[in-house]
Amino acid sequence: MIHREERFFDKLKAYLVFGGPLTFIFFTVIICSFIFGIYLTFTNWDGISRAYNFIGIKNYITLFHTKAFWTSFTVTLKYVFAMAILTNVIAFFLAYILTSGLKGENFFRAGFFSSNLIGGIVLGIIWNFIFSVVLVYIGKNFFSFIPFLSKSWLGDPEKALWALVFTTVWQYSGYMMIIYIAGFLSVPKELLEAASIDGASNFVKLKNIIIPFMVPSFVVCFFLSFGRGFIVYDINLSLTTGGPYHSTELISMYVYEKAFLAQQYGIGQASAFFLFIIVFIVAISQVYFGKKLEIEA
Amino acid sequence: MRKKRINIYLKLLAISIVFILYISPLLLVLLNSFKTTKEFLLSPLSLPEKLNFQNYIEAFTKMNFISGFTNTVIVTVLSTLFIVLFSSMTAYILVRRSWRFNRYIFFIMVGSMLIPFQAIMIPMLRIFGAIKMTNSIWALIYLYIGFGASLAVFIYHGFIKSIPIELEEAAMIDGASRIQVFFHIVFPLLKPTTITIVVLDMLWIWNDFLLPNLVLLRPSQMTLPLSTYRFYLTYTVDYGLLMAGLVMTVAPLILIYLFLQRYIIKGIIQGSIK
Repeated sequence: MIHREERFFDKLKAYLVFGGPLTFIFFTVIICSFIFGIYLTFTNWDGISRAYNFIGIKNYITLFHTKAFWTSFTVTLKYVFAMAILTNVIAFFLAYILTSGLKGENFFRAGFFSSNLIGGIVLGIIWNFIFSVVLVYIGKNFFSFIPFLSKSWLGDPEKALWALVFTTVWQYSGYMMIIYIAGFLSVPKELLEAASIDGASNFVKLKNIIIPFMVPSFVVCFFLSFGRGFIVYDINLSLTTGGPYHSTELISMYVYEKAFLAQQYGIGQASAFFLFIIVFIVAISQVYFGKKLEIEA
Repeated sequence: MRKKRINIYLKLLAISIVFILYISPLLLVLLNSFKTTKEFLLSPLSLPEKLNFQNYIEAFTKMNFISGFTNTVIVTVLSTLFIVLFSSMTAYILVRRSWRFNRYIFFIMVGSMLIPFQAIMIPMLRIFGAIKMTNSIWALIYLYIGFGASLAVFIYHGFIKSIPIELEEAAMIDGASRIQVFFHIVFPLLKPTTITIVVLDMLWIWNDFLLPNLVLLRPSQMTLPLSTYRFYLTYTVDYGLLMAGLVMTVAPLILIYLFLQRYIIKGIIQGSIK
């Protein structure tokens, strides 16, 4: 870099030419909204009237005393953890098999990834049809001795959440598989060969060499699964619409309903802000533990 | 050696079974898109009696497919284009000038990636509603640039840091302006990163539902996910028709994927390593 003292005006001009448009758009869309949003949580705005009052932390108190909010929050936690664990286990094994030198690897990789091309809305509709028609049909005609399939999962409060988990796992595991494949390929081949010569079994190689090398992939994949899990809305809407009896209403949908349908914008925004805090804590602790693991491994 | 062979066949068998289970939902959608509702109710698993395109013709007009498709293409292409252009330029100035101000901006952008969409949507609608900047696909594009900015800047930032500065200095000595240096030297070098960002943003924007659902209200402006959802609410029980609609919504991306598969998968890997 050519070092010289630049005057403030020159700096400003250089910045505005390159970063001006994006910085402006970014601040108006994200930062202004975010700050204004924090302010809104302290008001009783109903979404229509111009005037609204500052009411302090009353929204948060109301929110924390609302049972439906806690139900939705618990359901979201269950969903996120079940989905993240299943997705990553499946993706890891798919990647393991698809890096072992089989014929047609690329075909399989591309095929497993293809579910990620489909948006949440369409995906939800497809699986709604699978769960409420196809599986019921199969259950009634071929496995009538198992009561498990003969009724739609989507009609049962317990199973509906699993239907949602299943659908998400089906979509994301192909995506995470790609990241794990990259991780597998980054393990040095010489190390594995040396281990084989020393007589290490596949399991020992997996445990002592491959997994430690793949810590960054695990960190990224869990980060992505948690990040997506907490904010999912479209699959939720088109697969279960939160039902039956609000048993699958994830936090995102709760925020949406509170704000746009119940017209309680202040409370809706307060729950959204609560969601932000949770996502923030999860992300920070993941970065922290991720770094720690990487150093140890 | 023989044991190894068997092992490979077992693996191939296992992965094939899993694969068939994986893609069967998509195949079922395709199969049933050719059936009449009567045929469908009789057996959702059987092959259609004949290749009947009636559902497609009907879904095409009822979904107003052309309009939805055009809107989606405009929004996706323009948003991605502007995100790529503006973010690469911003990342460039952020990396190449180590002013304190630049460090703050970068920090704010990276930090903002942790804000979930839901924490922004309500105040955003309030602000942009107040200045009458909702209800048009242009406003939607503006918002997408804002939402896509931080990740793109972050990825570009990491890549530009690894580009040696000597090339740029040489060009500057030859009398090129900073803008010329950027577009003639730096931007071409950024190609792998640009592919990553194009892939990630295209998949995201093409399929996004919530943001357009909040911003676009008139049916004539709706993007494909919105018109598909409306179509679904109207024809929930008319399965054959519905499936044909779904196939048409998904088909454009699948077609692109068939041709650009290699780049897309590479793009995802690149994006995740950062």
